Amino acid sequence: MPPANCKEGDVATKYDWPAAADRSLIGKRISRTDGPDKVTGQAKYSYDRNLDGMLVAKIVSSPHAHARITKIDTRAAEGISGVRAVEIFNDVGAEIQWIGTEIVALAADTEEIARDAVAAVKVEYEVLPHLVKEEEVDKAGDRVKPAADKTTGDPDAAFGQAGAVHEGYYGLATITHCCHEPHGQVVDWTGDEIVVYASTQAVGRIGADLAKNLSADEAMGVVKPSDVRVITPVMGGGFGSKFAIDTWGIACAKLSKKTGKPVKLMLDRDQELMIAGGRPSDYGKIKVAAAKDGSLTAYESESWSTGGVTSRGAPPLPYVIEPPNTRIRHLNVSTNTGPARAWRAPNHPQAAVLTMCAYEDLAAKLGMDPLKLFKKNVGLTQRPEVYRAELDKAAQLMDWPAKWHPPGEGGSGHVKRGVGISMHTWGGRPHDSQCRVTIHPDGEVVAELGSQDLGSGTQTVIGIVAAETMGLPLSAVNVKIGDSNYPPSGPSGGSTTVGGVSSSTRRASVHALEQLKEAVAPSLGTTADQIEAGGGHLAVKGGSGKLSWKDACRKLGANSISETGKQPMRDGGKLADSGVGGVQMADVSVDTETGIVSMNKMVAVQDCGLIIDLKTADSQVYGALIQGICYALWEERIFDQATGIYLNADMEFYKLAGIGDIGELVVHMMTGVYDDRGVIGLGEPPVISPGAAISNAVANAIGVRVPTLPLTPDKVLAALEKKGGMA
Amino acid sequence: MSSNKTKEGPEKTQQPKNDFSRRTFLQGVGVGTTAVGAGVLTTEAKADHHEAKVHGPGAVPITLTVNGKAHKVDLEPRVTLLDALRDRLDYTGAKKVCDRATCGSCTVMLDGKAVYACSILAIEGQGRDIQTVEGLASGDNLHAVQAHFVENDAQQCGFCTPGFVVACKAFLDHNPNPTMADVERGLSGNICRCGTYVGVRQAVLDAARELQGGRRGD
Repeated sequence: MPPANCKEGDVATKYDWPAAADRSLIGKRISRTDGPDKVTGQAKYSYDRNLDGMLVAKIVSSPHAHARITKIDTRAAEGISGVRAVEIFNDVGAEIQWIGTEIVALAADTEEIARDAVAAVKVEYEVLPHLVKEEEVDKAGDRVKPAADKTTGDPDAAFGQAGAVHEGYYGLATITHCCHEPHGQVVDWTGDEIVVYASTQAVGRIGADLAKNLSADEAMGVVKPSDVRVITPVMGGGFGSKFAIDTWGIACAKLSKKTGKPVKLMLDRDQELMIAGGRPSDYGKIKVAAAKDGSLTAYESESWSTGGVTSRGAPPLPYVIEPPNTRIRHLNVSTNTGPARAWRAPNHPQAAVLTMCAYEDLAAKLGMDPLKLFKKNVGLTQRPEVYRAELDKAAQLMDWPAKWHPPGEGGSGHVKRGVGISMHTWGGRPHDSQCRVTIHPDGEVVAELGSQDLGSGTQTVIGIVAAETMGLPLSAVNVKIGDSNYPPSGPSGGSTTVGGVSSSTRRASVHALEQLKEAVAPSLGTTADQIEAGGGHLAVKGGSGKLSWKDACRKLGANSISETGKQPMRDGGKLADSGVGGVQMADVSVDTETGIVSMNKMVAVQDCGLIIDLKTADSQVYGALIQGICYALWEERIFDQATGIYLNADMEFYKLAGIGDIGELVVHMMTGVYDDRGVIGLGEPPVISPGAAISNAVANAIGVRVPTLPLTPDKVLAALEKKGGMA
Repeated sequence: MSSNKTKEGPEKTQQPKNDFSRRTFLQGVGVGTTAVGAGVLTTEAKADHHEAKVHGPGAVPITLTVNGKAHKVDLEPRVTLLDALRDRLDYTGAKKVCDRATCGSCTVMLDGKAVYACSILAIEGQGRDIQTVEGLASGDNLHAVQAHFVENDAQQCGFCTPGFVVACKAFLDHNPNPTMADVERGLSGNICRCGTYVGVRQAVLDAARELQGGRRGD
C-alpha cells in the first residue's frame, strides 16, 4: 500500500531519517530517560519547589456564578501574623462571570496562615442572574448566538431521495482537565531576573506573556521578556490547559516583587476544576441519509455547545466521513461557567460523537453491520487507503466478525455485550523548534531545547534522535529541556512537539557530527565525507581506520563543537508531516438491571508516520484510551442551575477511571511504509474516538441509544425504559 | 505563634501497630483542633475517648522518623503529614493532588501500611515508621517496583507515580503473589490522569515475580 500523502519528488537530503535497516534506536521500544527520576520522587515539579524564604499564596474565589463585587475588606486578613502581601485580581465593581473566579491572593509564611488569611477576607457581592446549564438550549434565551451555518450540495434533495434516513439526538457534557499537578508556579523575583518555575506547556512563551502583563502595571516597572526565565524540567499534566501565564502567574510575580521573597501559588483542587480547565460540551440533533447499499449521501446537524461566557467555535461536522450534501448549523450558548481551554484534540471528540454515533444508528436502520458501512464510505474520507487498512486491522484485533451482532441481541441474561466503532483524524504538523547540540572534547553530547516534556516522552525522543544520528547509545546524550534560556522551541499543543523537536534535533546533530568529522579527518587520513559514525565510533567508510567516540572528540583540543538545527529549514529535507487517521473499536458489557457499563476491551489502530520511540508512543495511545473511557463513562462537570454551584469540583465526585475500570487495551501502530512520511504528532488523535466507539458499543449491546455522554447508569436505565424495558 | 500548653513528644495513646483506622486516627488527633472539620467525626471522637490530649493550636515540636531518619520540626497540630513532609522536610516525592483522600498521589507507608498522607496529621506520625518514595531505592539501585515501572512505562507526567509506586510496594508486601484481579482491586485507591494503568498493572505483576525470586522480564 502506498504511504498516504507521500509527495512525489521529495529530494533526498543529508538530514533524512536513516533507512529502517540502519536504525538502531529510532522505532524501538525504549524506556523514557526521565523514568528513574519520576519513580524515585527526585523529579522536581513546580509544586515541589521549596526556595529559601519562600512564601505560600492562596486565592479567595467567587462563590457565585454571576455577581458584582460590592465590597472587599482584607484588613482582618492582613492583620494575621505571617501574612505578607495582598494582590487584588478583581476589585469592587467588577462583574464576576463564573464560580471560582479569582478575587484576592494573599501570600503568607506558611500554607496554613495563607488559608487563615483567605478565610478572613470579606467580600460582598450583588448576585446577578446566571445560566450554568446549556443542554436545554430552549431555556437559554438571548444567550444563544449562531456560530456556524454552512450548506454544501443539496441536502434536502438528498434526504428526499435517500434509501434510509435516520434522525437522532447526541451529545457530551463539558469535562475538565483536572491536571494532577494543578496550574500554578513559584516565582522568584528577588534579584534582577524573574525566575518562574511554572507548570506549563509553553516554556518559551509565558515569559514574554508575563513581562507584558507586569509592564502594564506601573508599580512593577518596565519588564522585558529577557528579564524573565522560565524553568520547567517536568510538569504534572496539561492536556491543553497550560499555555498561558494566567492571572495567578501574574499575581504570584507581583506578590514576589512586593515581598522581596519567592512565592508559591498553586491552585487548590476545586479551583483547578472550576477555573483552569474545561472541554466544551456539544449537543446536537443529527440527521443522516444513505442509499440502500449504505453509501452515505447527506448529513445535517443542529448543534450547540458552551465554552463558558465566550464562544468556543464549532466542531468540524460531519467528521472524517463527509457525505456530499451537508447542512451544518451550530449555536454557542454563553453560560456562567469557567472558560473553555484546549483539551486534547479540541472539538474532535465532540465531532466524533455527533457523527459516528449517527452513522452507526443509520447502519442499524439499514440492517447493516457498521463495519461494512464505514468501509463502504472510506471514499468520503481524506485518506481512504489508510482507513480501509485500519478498519481491517482493528476488526481483526477485536475479532469483530465474531463479536458483532444486530443491535439489542447482546445476550439472553441481564448483562448485554456489544461492540462499536469510531474513526478520527488530526494534523500533528511540526511546530517551530531550534535545538543546539554541543559535542565536548571529553565526548559529552548535549542537546538543548527550550521545549518541555508533558509526560509524552519528549526528552527521550530528543535523546534518541541525537544518539541515533551520532551512532551513540542513548545514555551518551545529555538532553536539557524545560528552560527558556535554551534555544526556543514551540509550545506543546496540537501534537506538534514530536515533529518539531525531532526535526530540529536531527539537523543540529547532523551539523555537529559534520564538524566532528572535519576535525578528525586528518587523523584518519581521509576527508570528512568518507567518515561514518556508528557503534560508538567514527570510521573510514569501507576502510580499517577508526576512532572511538571519546578519542575522536579528544581531537577537538580545547574547543567544543556547538551547532544549531531548526524546524522549519529551507532545503532541510522532509523530516515531519501532518495528517493522520485512526480507527478504534470498543467492546462493553451493560448490566441492564443496574445500568452500569463496563469495559471489556478496546482496540486502537493508529497511523502517525515515523515513530521515534514505540514504547512511549504506545503509552500515549493507552493513556488516550483511558482518558476516553473516563469521559465516555463518568467524567462530567456538574452544575446546579438553581444555585449556580459547581457540584463536583473535587476528585471524589468528578469521576475518573481507576486501574480496575479499563479492561483489555490493544494498541496497534501502523508502521512500515507509513514511516516514509516522517514524524507526525500523536498526542491528540487517539483520544478522539473512544467516546463515540463506546457509545456505539453500548447501543449495540442494548439496542437503544443512550443519547449523551457520560453513559452513566441513570441514563442507561432511562434509555432502556424508553425502549420499553430490558434489552 | 504561641507555643500553648502542650509540648509532648511522641503520642502516648495506645495504638495497635499496623492497624491504622479512622478510630485510631481520631484518638491520636485529639478533639477540636484539627483541620478535619467534619462534625460527626468530632462527636464520635468525644464519645469514644475521654482522655484525648490537646495539642496546639500553636506550633508544637514533634519528631518524625522518615525513611529511618529522625527529623525534629515545630508545626501546628493542624498540619497534615503530607504538608509536613513536603513543606517542612522537603520530601516532595509524595504529591498534593486532591488533598481529600481520593487520588492516592500522596501515598506513603506508615508502619508498613499505605496511607493517604493528605488525610493524616503530622502529629499522628510521631513514633511511627514513615516510609516515602525517596526511601525505596538504595543508591542507584531501584526497588523492583520502581524498575518495572520504568520498564513498563507506567508513568507519563509522573505526578501520580510516586504515590502509585509506594502503594504498589505496600500492596506487594501484603500480597506477594497477586493475580491481575488482585492488582486491580488492591490498587484502586490511586488515580492517574494521564492513563498509565496498563503499564502499572504489568509493572506490579513483573515486580511480584522478581521479588518472588524470578528474573526480571522472564
